[in-house]
Amino acid sequence: MIVEAKKAKFTEPLKLTSGAVLPEFEIAYETYGELNAARSNAVLVCHALNASHHVAGGYANDPSNVGWWDNMVGPGKPLDTNRFFVIGNNYIGSCFGSTGPTSPNPATGKPWGADFPVVTVEDWVAAQARLADHLGIERFAAVMGGSLGAMQALQWSLSYPARVRNSIVIAATPRLSAQNIAFNEVARQAIMTDPDFHGGHYYEKGVVPRRGLRIARMIGHITYLSDDAMMEKFGRALRRTTPGFDFDVDFEIESYLRHQGDKFAEYFDANTYLRITKALDYYDPAADYGGDLSAAFARAQADFLVVSFTSDWRFSSARSREIVRALLDNRRIVSYLEIDAPQGHDAFLLDDARYFGALRAYFGNIAL
Amino acid sequence: MTESETIARWVVQGARVLDLGCGDGTLLKHLWQTRQAPGYGVEIDDAKLLACLKNDVNVLQLDLEDGLAAFADRSFDCVILSETLQAIHRQEPLLKEMLRVGREAIVSFPNFGYWRARIQIALGGHMPVSKELPYQWYDTPNVHHCTLVDFEALCAKLGFRVLERVVLTGGEPVAAMPNLLGSLALYRVSA
Repeated sequence: MIVEAKKAKFTEPLKLTSGAVLPEFEIAYETYGELNAARSNAVLVCHALNASHHVAGGYANDPSNVGWWDNMVGPGKPLDTNRFFVIGNNYIGSCFGSTGPTSPNPATGKPWGADFPVVTVEDWVAAQARLADHLGIERFAAVMGGSLGAMQALQWSLSYPARVRNSIVIAATPRLSAQNIAFNEVARQAIMTDPDFHGGHYYEKGVVPRRGLRIARMIGHITYLSDDAMMEKFGRALRRTTPGFDFDVDFEIESYLRHQGDKFAEYFDANTYLRITKALDYYDPAADYGGDLSAAFARAQADFLVVSFTSDWRFSSARSREIVRALLDNRRIVSYLEIDAPQGHDAFLLDDARYFGALRAYFGNIAL
Repeated sequence: MTESETIARWVVQGARVLDLGCGDGTLLKHLWQTRQAPGYGVEIDDAKLLACLKNDVNVLQLDLEDGLAAFADRSFDCVILSETLQAIHRQEPLLKEMLRVGREAIVSFPNFGYWRARIQIALGGHMPVSKELPYQWYDTPNVHHCTLVDFEALCAKLGFRVLERVVLTGGEPVAAMPNLLGSLALYRVSA
């Protein structure tokens, strides 16, 4: 599938949760399949921390650059683009084409950098609603996402209850735990204490806080994998024939984390990383209801599919069951899968016959 | 009369039902079609779960042995445990949970007091194997068999009221000597 990245520009200011106002913004997006005449087959796919609007397919000039959920989305795939009109989007504050810290600040003409406001999941959804308007979609057949993307799928059902028929919530949590926030804070500290960070104004200095980004990514990666999966993949295998009794790479896992960190520091923006982890930390739809998630979901109108993975210790199955409980309390139509998969949080990106079979069946039941 | 027909007769029009150990969702689909009763199934087996989704039945992958914490008090009109009781390890807590979550419970199970089972033990000297109990003793998922007498004693101990009982053999209701002549027992109980 050959796809094309597009951009939509919105000139009406967007008031953010923080009170700040984004005077104008762009959203990078891609579409797959055809919107039907009734405009009833649109599915919005929301991405997690480091992904983008490039969900599926490859580009004509770069066919090997395949979308991050290409195993899930495409012709004949569980989310079948022969039947559905699928939209991938890059949320605002990110660094893959939508307006974010690396974009020019209209007030100065220079990159926003540290001055780009902190955005929330609610703000992303509000911006995505503008994109939906732009594309002429009043109501989505489904909004779908994994991890941080699942938070957007949840929030869609709360911010725009009448505009979502199905919310597909995978490897989610309704709020971060203290441990989750703690990991995010370590990642942020790694970035902010990098001498090349310059308080977020590193673009004008011509440097990148590479060391901080590397460490942030290494910490993140540890939380995406289960203990068992990491042991299975790397074990205690050594990179060299005998221990070096120094601090160079001894173990395969060290090499893997360094490689992931290096790769990430090449393409990801540090100011974006800070903002995304904050959006994760702040997300808590129950907060306005005294912590009562069931009360928060009283306004939801969608049907739900909730999926968790047993070895995911970052957002454990217990967190997904909290979501299911809140939905049942509100008599929402919901199905829940707890997939016994060994890979940890990253399982949501991997092909598994049970997981993909369930998604295929669920999408098959959505009337158009 | 089949088991599902009996259950459908006991479920009132539009009742909210929860089917524990719902298999492929056939019963829930039947209750939706005949009684417009919306419901959820609980199932742990991956293949059956997928069958439920294909049947367009709401299904939740939860372990009944963990209780019914996902469900609020009195959130269902009827909680069904169809031919699953014998496969549960801790039956007392689950039965109590069923009547915490539901106004009424429907429980069905293969009657271990059925004469064919008795003969297989008494004369054959081996554990019963039949259409209702197709397993060998070493590969059965069933861990706690009971008879009508045993189940009614447990209901009495838990303070449950038996509202109705139907006993079937080969799809036919059994009136006389049900604990001897019935192969499948269905109970409608309340707290």
